[in-house]
Amino acid sequence: MSYAADVVALARKDLLLELRAKETLPAMLLFVLAALTIFHFAIPTDTSDVATLGLLWIAIVFTALLGLTRAFVPEREQGTMDALVLATRDRSAIWLAKSVAVFAFLGLAELIALPAFSLFFDPVDARTVAAVVLADIGICAVGTLTGAMAVAGRARELILPLLFLPLAIPVIVGGVGASAGAGGRYLLFLVLYDAVFALLAWASFEYVVAET
Amino acid sequence: MTAALARNRLPALAGATTVLLGISIALIFFYAPDDRDQGLSQRIFYFHVPLALTAYACFGWGAWKALRHLWKREPGADLESYVAIHQGVIFGALTLLTGSIWAKISWGVWWSWSETQLVLFLVLFLFYCAYFMLRYSVDPGPARANMCAVYALFGVVLIPISFLAIRLSQRFIHPVVFTRDGPQMAGSMFFTFCVALVAMLALFATFYQLELAGKRLDTRLRELRELLAP
Repeated sequence: MSYAADVVALARKDLLLELRAKETLPAMLLFVLAALTIFHFAIPTDTSDVATLGLLWIAIVFTALLGLTRAFVPEREQGTMDALVLATRDRSAIWLAKSVAVFAFLGLAELIALPAFSLFFDPVDARTVAAVVLADIGICAVGTLTGAMAVAGRARELILPLLFLPLAIPVIVGGVGASAGAGGRYLLFLVLYDAVFALLAWASFEYVVAET
Repeated sequence: MTAALARNRLPALAGATTVLLGISIALIFFYAPDDRDQGLSQRIFYFHVPLALTAYACFGWGAWKALRHLWKREPGADLESYVAIHQGVIFGALTLLTGSIWAKISWGVWWSWSETQLVLFLVLFLFYCAYFMLRYSVDPGPARANMCAVYALFGVVLIPISFLAIRLSQRFIHPVVFTRDGPQMAGSMFFTFCVALVAMLALFATFYQLELAGKRLDTRLRELRELLAP
């Protein structure tokens, strides 16, 4: 089996699990809708478009966090991670597959969240959608790695936001900048962020799960 | 032999640091000229900037040791990385504090979001505080060492990325002293600054060695205790 086959098999496993158990995705969908509803009441009615776009980004990051918290739970409960680490395969495939799965969940949640945001607040333009896709890549790459770190500890769910949010601040800066108007260079920045952190996470995941 | 050398090095280092710090404080208050705009309050610059640069040096050194741990499996590199980052967080906290005081005096506010360096430092501070949470939520062992090393490496990558992000989105009022044309200050000020920077780095080196010696002693004591009372 090649590297790509490993990744496909593992990602397929995650998607199948979700299809049967239906745990993460409904929770993310409900959460993002509830968050948008709360924002409606939390901000004054005459708030500018730019400020409400900021709320969209908060909703996205926290929804992603919700999905990431659940990402390694099946591995932990079934002891799958030990088996995966024991397998004589490239371990970064575990990270890539999990990132793909989380990216799929997050993308699906946003398929509902973005139209809902346009309905409740202001319509989103193509640039915002592009920024959201780019940001999702970065969030999933970094989030999956920190998620793997978090499940190894005692604090588990508690520690993931602490590890993840400081790393997500540049994503927020890039995303808000891109959707608030000054497009191009912020999108470029998001591409840079994705490339750098995906590469780093890909190279270092092996050490996060290894026991030696 | 090496143990004896290590024992003697720490007091020597501490002595040198004390002398350097004394000289730098004397220079800051008696030698460096008053700033034309800001007067006396500008002298906090000689503490603030060396503190900030030393904090970066700590994080950089911590990441270097983390890399050595992952790459060469250097024994003890994990502990050294942790100690460097621990010192970095302390220097970082002092940087935030002195920066805030200086901001209050010269701009009239304790905090300014439009200020690249302060915001960057806050992000890093949050990041490295999470490093401690991670370290203390995992049981000691090779897995923890690896994980912490990876996180420390993420930190040094986050520094330039955050810097870029924050700079992209802001207007600046932070004085930029070091430009491409060299330092924008008088010779005597630059000299004082350099001495203050060296003194601060020496202070870091001393604390680093001191904490490291303490931690190593701790480990050895625990090992001995386990040998005595199994």
